[in-house]
Amino acid sequence: MRLLIVDDSNIMRKAIEKYLRRFSFELVGTARNGREALDLFRRHQPDFVTLDITMPELDGLACLTEMRSDRPQTRILVISALSDPMTGLEAVKRGANGFLSKPFTAEALATEVEQILQRGAEGAT
Amino acid sequence: MTERELRAFIDVVTRYFDDVTSIPAEMGVPFVKEQAAVLLDLTGLIGISGARRGGIYVTAPRAMLAALAAVILGTDAVEDEDILDMVGELANTIAGNMRATFGSTFMISVPIVVEGKPDDIHLRLKPPVFVIPIRWNGHNCYLSVGLE
Repeated sequence: MRLLIVDDSNIMRKAIEKYLRRFSFELVGTARNGREALDLFRRHQPDFVTLDITMPELDGLACLTEMRSDRPQTRILVISALSDPMTGLEAVKRGANGFLSKPFTAEALATEVEQILQRGAEGAT
Repeated sequence: MTERELRAFIDVVTRYFDDVTSIPAEMGVPFVKEQAAVLLDLTGLIGISGARRGGIYVTAPRAMLAALAAVILGTDAVEDEDILDMVGELANTIAGNMRATFGSTFMISVPIVVEGKPDDIHLRLKPPVFVIPIRWNGHNCYLSVGLE
């Protein structure tokens, strides 16, 4: 599965990449803002995206709407420090497959990704 | 800012270090800073708009940020870019987590990271500016909060 990691924080991009090594993802790109993310998304057609919300140029929620419109089958996990319930709800309304609050541990990320992949597999059968 | 709001900031910081590092942070007694800002090596500033206006910043020594980045990345091979980024991400996470208290009209900017001691940083915050001392893993850093 092709993976795209989107976060304006260099350290979070590195951490997510490291924490997801246990999965058989092929990392096709990392992006630090919404514009870069959409460019990489359209070029590489990833199967799984981790997507931050608060980013320069184009925020993650606007980016999510575009991604979902372009490629509905991509699994998108929104990872954000915005921990109010309305933000999570808005992400899900725009088509996110999951929402994970920062800060998070490697285990919490792995659990969320496993659940999304499992739901995707069940939906495909 | 109310005592309940100040307590919420303390809870968010406490939870951050517990969750990310499993090394508890000790929180000092908050105080009001009238004039000059409390600034250490690196500072991550978040502007706040919406229902509340002002800003928050986290200021920390390089050694602390390097140690925190090392825990998150699971390696001591931390680059300078990681250390700069760490203070911005810490400020971003604290501000973002405060939306659980303030609600979705608490709008946060992307982090601005500054080195050294710029004169105008205190002006980004709305007085009174509350300073919360934090001690983690042998290092001292500070969270400053100034909201209308």
